[in-house]
Amino acid sequence: MTPLCSQPRTGLNGPMGKQESSQPSLASLFMGFLRIGMSSFGGGLTAWVRREVVQRQGWLDDQQFLSGYALSQLVPGATNVNLAVFIGAQLRGPPGAAIAVAGLTALPLVLVLIAGAVYFNTSGMPGGRWLSTALGGMGSVAIGLSLGTGIRLARRNIRRLGPLCITAVVALSIGVFGLPLGYVLLVMMPLSLLLAWLTRPR
Amino acid sequence: MIQLLLQLALLFAGLSMLAFGGGAGVIPDIQRAVVDHYHWMTAHEFLDTFAISRAMPGPGSLIVVLIGQKAAGLPGAAVSFLAMFAPSCLIVYIVARIWHRAGRSPWRAVVERALAPVAVGLTFASGLALMRGTESGWLPYTVTIASTAAFAFTEINPIALLGAGAAALLLGGG
Repeated sequence: MTPLCSQPRTGLNGPMGKQESSQPSLASLFMGFLRIGMSSFGGGLTAWVRREVVQRQGWLDDQQFLSGYALSQLVPGATNVNLAVFIGAQLRGPPGAAIAVAGLTALPLVLVLIAGAVYFNTSGMPGGRWLSTALGGMGSVAIGLSLGTGIRLARRNIRRLGPLCITAVVALSIGVFGLPLGYVLLVMMPLSLLLAWLTRPR
Repeated sequence: MIQLLLQLALLFAGLSMLAFGGGAGVIPDIQRAVVDHYHWMTAHEFLDTFAISRAMPGPGSLIVVLIGQKAAGLPGAAVSFLAMFAPSCLIVYIVARIWHRAGRSPWRAVVERALAPVAVGLTFASGLALMRGTESGWLPYTVTIASTAAFAFTEINPIALLGAGAAALLLGGG
C-alpha cells in the first residue's frame, strides 16, 4: 500500500497561511508519541498530543489537529489511540499509524502490567493513601490541562458567534449536564455542518 | 487456555467496535461480562483494577490488559490488548484514508470547518466532566483553576505543574 503521504500534500495551507507540514521520520514519530504516552499521567492525553504534534514539532496545524480529534471521537475506540492512528497515517501511511500507536501505548502498557502484577500478588497497593492523594493532585492539574488547551484552541480557531455557540452547547451539555456524547453529536454535528455550509467562502 | 484466550479476544474485539465516545461507555459492559458472566474477577477487584488503569498514563481502555492478565497471565494481556485496539484502529485508518483522498475538495473544507467548534467543545467537556466526577474541595479546585490559567496563557512545562499539583495536595492534607 502506498503511504498516505506519498502524494503531494495539498490542502494543508490552512486559512491562516501555515507553511507545509514537515514529514517526520518513523523514529521521530515513535519518540514523539512515546513522550506523549509518558507524560499523560492523570488524563488530559489530548492536550499532550496537541502540545507535541502542533506546538513542539509542527507536524500538523491546529485545523488538521482539530479535524483529526473530532473524527477520532466520531469513530469507536479510545479517542487518543484513534488520534495517534489518524496522525501517524497522515504523516507516514500504515507504518506511521502502527508506530504512533506503539509509541503511545508502550510505556503505559509496561506500567499497567507492573502495577497489575503487584496488585494481583499482594492484593493491595503499597503506600495506597499517599499514592492516591498524589494522583488526586495530578488529576486536578490534568483537568486544568484540558480546560487550558480548550481556551488556547478557542482563542485561535473560534472567531465567530455561530461556531462559538456550538462550542458552548457541546461543552455544557456533555461537561455540565452529563448528556451522552452520542446524542449530543447526533444533533450538533449536522447543525455545525449546516452552519459551515451556509457560511462557506465563495 | 486456548478457550480462555478466545473468550477474551471475542469479548474485547466486539466491544472495541462498540466503544463510541472514547471507550468509557463500554466499561459497564466489560464489568458485566468479566464479573457476572465469566467470573474472572470479583466486583471489588474490578473497581481496584479500574482505579489502577485510570491512575496510570495512557488510555483508560488499558483496563482490558489487567483483565487479561488476571484471567490468563501475559498471553491473556497481549490478546486483550490486540482485541481491544486493532478493530477500532482499522476503522480509523480507513476513515483517515478517505479523509486524505478528499484532498482539497470543497466538502472536506466544509466538514473541516464544521468539526473545529465541535472538537473545541469536546475539549472543554472532557475537563468539565472530570471536574464533576472527582471529589470536590477548595484545594483541588484551586489547583485546577491555577493550572488552567497557567496552561492557557504561559509556556510552563506541564510536568513541573503535575509535580506541583501532587505536592500541593500532599502538603495540604487533601
